[in-house]
Amino acid sequence: MSQEIASIRSYLLVFAGLLALLGATVAASFIELGNWALPVAMGVACTKAFLVAAFFMHLNKSTSLIRLVACAGLFWLGILLMLAMSDVLTRM
Amino acid sequence: MQTDRADILEAPFENLQQQRETSALGMWVFLCTEIMFFGALFLAYCEYRHLHPQSFAAASSRLNWLLGCANTVVLLSSSLTVALAVRAASLGRAGTMRLFLYMTVVLGVAFLIIKGFEYRADYQEGLIPGASFTYASSLPNVQPREVEMFFMLYFIMTGVHATHMIIGIAAFIILIVLSRRNKLSEQTIENAGLYWHFVDVIWIFLFPLLYLAGHR
Repeated sequence: MSQEIASIRSYLLVFAGLLALLGATVAASFIELGNWALPVAMGVACTKAFLVAAFFMHLNKSTSLIRLVACAGLFWLGILLMLAMSDVLTRM
Repeated sequence: MQTDRADILEAPFENLQQQRETSALGMWVFLCTEIMFFGALFLAYCEYRHLHPQSFAAASSRLNWLLGCANTVVLLSSSLTVALAVRAASLGRAGTMRLFLYMTVVLGVAFLIIKGFEYRADYQEGLIPGASFTYASSLPNVQPREVEMFFMLYFIMTGVHATHMIIGIAAFIILIVLSRRNKLSEQTIENAGLYWHFVDVIWIFLFPLLYLAGHR
């Protein structure tokens, strides 16, 4: 974590981006996307989560050690979801 | 000034930079355990949605997406006010920081009130899992038991999320009191902010999975 302080404008821009993405995901839910509905919704959600983590949670200015811990959390979540779902998706 | 305490270097740290990094690192490790905590619930959701796609779509349609969307806006706004509160704390502006924390508490409570109205509507429609669960299906692929499973997951996930919000609101109220007594360090407000943003991220995934999974 550095001592650099982001401007109010940058926070407002991120907030506007989050609202725009929320609008996009709601709009997409009204379109018949079939099998693409879930990937699109999750793609938008991941982008929003990235914006919050990078700018609001200051990962963009964090040390590599803290970024590594954040990525480790996602990595273990990936193991949990992928190993369990690989069973459900292929066997059941 | 509330920042006086932040400048105190405590053992065993060599300098303030190291002390700040250690504090943030500890918070991130805690958030990783929270990722796994919610991860198990998301996994359960993925499995049951994969097994019963039609029932989950029908169940999701029963939720009020407009209220869910309003709550998303409220929560995103509260994340903005927290980010601005943390920024004010870094600049040593205790009064501005408290103002943003008050706004955060109000937004957090607003979220819980909207959620409460949703729960009441679910109760009136007989969507609470258990003996009183009443759901009549007209479609062959939609089974009431599978719809009940969706609502089981819905209430556990939103309930655990709301619990996190209550803890966060309580934490911010304590921080406001500490700040008034000049006993709040910059690291503490930073870490509380990280927690609140994390709870926001959880909702960012809950909203499309629970409210937007249905047909229009």
